[in-house]
Amino acid sequence: MSDTLNLVLFSGTADKLHAAATLAAGAAALDRPVNILLQYWALDAFRLDQLEQTRGLAWDAMADGASRPVHGTKAIQWLETFRMAKELGTITVYACSGSLDVLGIDIAELDPIVDNAGGIATFLLAAEDGQLVFI
Amino acid sequence: MTATAAELETIVAEKVVDARGAACPGPLLEAKKGMPGVAVGSVIEIWSTDPGTKSDISAWSGKVGHDFMGVIEAEGYDRVFVTRRK
Repeated sequence: MSDTLNLVLFSGTADKLHAAATLAAGAAALDRPVNILLQYWALDAFRLDQLEQTRGLAWDAMADGASRPVHGTKAIQWLETFRMAKELGTITVYACSGSLDVLGIDIAELDPIVDNAGGIATFLLAAEDGQLVFI
Repeated sequence: MTATAAELETIVAEKVVDARGAACPGPLLEAKKGMPGVAVGSVIEIWSTDPGTKSDISAWSGKVGHDFMGVIEAEGYDRVFVTRRK
């Protein structure tokens, strides 16, 4: 089995993006190549004009008695964690070309951490037969 | 081979990476980032308040080929010692 770690990010909430960034960073530290495919709301979160936006939490946060982020949602450093992971490891970030199309986003509108637009076959070929996680 | 706390106390690390206050995976990333800053054979010391750091650094060292030397518990944080091997 290939040792690539492959993350398909769909959700654009701060908690899920941070959880994904943590996985990517851990794999990068262990010298595992990481491929990330951004779809829908995860893709939208990387729009340059959205980066400063406070992103919400997953529905689970609404449960009665659910714990709260101690330092607030805005303090969840998902983008910084992605940046640090990319600086230290081999991480390729693809913007799903289908989602770009559906949401009417041009790749030039995205943070430079996104390497290129890619179709699903491009991503799956890069993933080889490594583990794939959908978040 | 991990050292005893008394042995670790005598080590003067080539570099101290202060990652206190950073949550996982911060300290691990700081350790990885700090490693190229010391010569092969030198010791690096990572300070962390994250309870997962000592096991993470131990696992990471084993995977990438550094020597995990051990941990000293300081006041409210861990001092983790690693020898660079590659």
